[in-house]
Amino acid sequence: MATVSDPTPTDVTAHAPAATAQTGDGETVDFRVFRGTPEEMRGDEQYQVPMVPGMVVLDAMHYIQKHVDGDLAVRWNCKAAKCGSCSAEVNGRPVLLCKTRVDELPEGPITVRPMKTFPLIKDLVTDVSGNFAVNQKIAPFTPSEADAQSREPWRIQEPDIERLYEFRKCIECFLCQDVCHVLRTHDLHERFYGPRFFVRVAGLEMHPKDAADRRDAVREEGGLGYCNITKCCTEVCPEHIHITDNAIIPMKERVVDRHWDPIAWVGRKLRGSK
Amino acid sequence: MAETYLSHDCDVLVVGAGGAGLRAAVASAEAGCSTIVVTKSLLGKAHTVMAEGGIAAGLGNVDEKDGWTVHFADTMRGGQMINNWRMVEIYAREVIDRVYELERWGGLFDRTPDGRIMQRAFGAHTYRRLCHVGDRTGLELIRTCQDKAVHTPGVTVHMEYTLTRLLKDGDRVSGAVGYRRSDGKFVVFRARAVILASGGWGRMYKTTSNSWEGTGDGAAMAYDAGAELLDMEFVQFHPTGMIWPPGARGILVTEAVRGEGGLLHNSEGTRFMLEYDPKKKELSSRDVVARSIYKEVKAGRGSVHGGAYLDIRHRGADYIKKKLPSMYEQFHALASVDITKEPMEVYPTIHYTMGGVRVEPETAATTVPGLYAAGESAGGLHGANRLGGNSLGDILVFGRRAGMAAAEYAKGRGTAPSLSEREIEEEQRTLLQPLDSTDGVKGENPYLIHEALQDAMQDDAGIARDEASLTRSLNAIAELKQRVRNVKAKGSRTYNPGWHTCRDDVFMLTVSESIVRSALERKESRGSQWRLDYLEKDPEQGRVNYVTYKGPDGTMKVKSIPVEPLPVELSKHLEDA
Repeated sequence: MATVSDPTPTDVTAHAPAATAQTGDGETVDFRVFRGTPEEMRGDEQYQVPMVPGMVVLDAMHYIQKHVDGDLAVRWNCKAAKCGSCSAEVNGRPVLLCKTRVDELPEGPITVRPMKTFPLIKDLVTDVSGNFAVNQKIAPFTPSEADAQSREPWRIQEPDIERLYEFRKCIECFLCQDVCHVLRTHDLHERFYGPRFFVRVAGLEMHPKDAADRRDAVREEGGLGYCNITKCCTEVCPEHIHITDNAIIPMKERVVDRHWDPIAWVGRKLRGSK
Repeated sequence: MAETYLSHDCDVLVVGAGGAGLRAAVASAEAGCSTIVVTKSLLGKAHTVMAEGGIAAGLGNVDEKDGWTVHFADTMRGGQMINNWRMVEIYAREVIDRVYELERWGGLFDRTPDGRIMQRAFGAHTYRRLCHVGDRTGLELIRTCQDKAVHTPGVTVHMEYTLTRLLKDGDRVSGAVGYRRSDGKFVVFRARAVILASGGWGRMYKTTSNSWEGTGDGAAMAYDAGAELLDMEFVQFHPTGMIWPPGARGILVTEAVRGEGGLLHNSEGTRFMLEYDPKKKELSSRDVVARSIYKEVKAGRGSVHGGAYLDIRHRGADYIKKKLPSMYEQFHALASVDITKEPMEVYPTIHYTMGGVRVEPETAATTVPGLYAAGESAGGLHGANRLGGNSLGDILVFGRRAGMAAAEYAKGRGTAPSLSEREIEEEQRTLLQPLDSTDGVKGENPYLIHEALQDAMQDDAGIARDEASLTRSLNAIAELKQRVRNVKAKGSRTYNPGWHTCRDDVFMLTVSESIVRSALERKESRGSQWRLDYLEKDPEQGRVNYVTYKGPDGTMKVKSIPVEPLPVELSKHLEDA
């Protein structure tokens, strides 16, 4: 697991436990939630939230919105770990808020902060639009001319696509992008696709009906070589995709085959191609 | 004077970026129209992503006897015969091509041993019909459509914008106004045609599988612009939502669990579906299974946390993890339940809305010129109850048709529509009112208004209803409509969910009123409408659909329209099946 440094100042402002009185004598949990915008960095603010069995961190954020600070910004949608909207950093670890159980976190205050790698918009919400821009650069699924023309439904054998199912599980939470040091520490957003999009490329390249070749693009424009396979991305993936072993390393091998296979190199020389 | 706003022009504006919106955008752009897609969330997060079971299409890959005619008959019967038959016919015929098209866009499906698309059994489908990939078919569909759309020239996507009012030029739609969520700046989209692909509305109920987005803004905007809302009384309770822990209550447990052989038991270990529907058992239609669970719990035979037990253990751990991976993960992470070793606890959850904006079957055109609606935001296809697997097909078939028809309309519309500065300014004032702390009004909390509405709808306009409960619900809505005028939000316009909720509350109240008024009018039990004071189906009521619309005095009116009789050549498919 990559270490994750503090993204923000840590001055803590306390908020009264607004509704503990209504919910009776129950236990409360101490949250430190980052509040602020790039113009006004307020830092971590303290909230006491009544504990409910099985509560996830997103439930606590909703409690705060409803009873204390209605303007607390947090993205969410499915609340079932299927859409990848509620990504943030809990106690310094990139997670989905909807899948992070409060009762499984260690005792003591729980810090909730936005993903560090992306520009802050407000509170727990960051600007992740750069990721969508990367996707637009990747050549889309392209069947061969013959497959495209064929009027019959395609026959595809399960063993030929079995390894693709894993890549297609990606919910685009961008936690892998958040944790990757090439983006997080070195800020190489313009030169590096990032783990999510190596998974995307691998899924296209290994599709038995895809005829495009993305190897040069993923090497040059995508900066695949910057990845030094520390596997931080794999560790934070909520879908348990083996990003490094099953997507990045095979893609590195394919790129290497393309460029450093001596026989292919001689062949290209003889044909006069690059 | 209106505050300065961001301004965009296009031929076709698509409201919503789920499967219907994305498929519509591709069709519109491919027809040569500049097309803007606006979504409240990020791309790929719409409710489509939560669909699990599959796409129903009569490919006949597993059961050779299947085909569009049997699918047609199943869908009509599931909808209790008040569906728009022409929509069902178009749907059952065309969904087959849409599935193959998705594959050609790069979508993956599980395969049969001979390499064709695999199909699984599902509730009230005669044959194994659902094309699927594990239990994450919706993710596959939306990701495939998303990639197709962003690589289709002519499509532009604006993420995290909320539209709150349709603009009109005379009687025709001319665009929409709203705000950018990140900074609260106002925005106006001018368009020659507008497609609503804005999904359904479940958020006015307490137990729901819907995300924050399901507030019915599309339907409410259409209603305000003069469109008609059809079949609004029909709200689908999915039989199986999670029930424990409390925070997970309402999260969907896919029907694929039952499709793969899952059994329902009560606290006494009785497989109660054998009594309620001996023929289809666990795979009866959703309305029947949901009511059966409800009745078991009411009779004191509920599970520990007041639901039913859903058991798939007999299929073995390997099979479960291959076919139901996200269910395995969901119960493991959220409830600490290993579904390969323990049964799940389930209870009905508000899932889907059959009703919606009234449209022409062929074109998805609403009664307002220039306005189209497709997918869950449109009504008519599913009648009184939707079959599982028919929504992922619906969005592709009618998304495409709406896109093509809107493009055609846009091209035929001469000069660019003019925008009414008055309408824009009015909407800006409405939006800003909750942030105004100088008017001396002690504000209502928008979240608590929402909660009060959920209380009023869950118990009184929920799975079981009668005249008295619906009247209570209507009174509560009337009271909340007063209270919502004084709603206040703290903070600025920068990404402020409290402020956003203020306008959402108004939309939810409009749609809730439409549900309740329609439910009061339909004095019978049919499909998802279960009236405790009219327990039987009434043949007379089976000949009408109810429609709500905004009357000239600004209040909501209800009228009935005749169900179009089934042509002879189609009715024979119902007899065949």
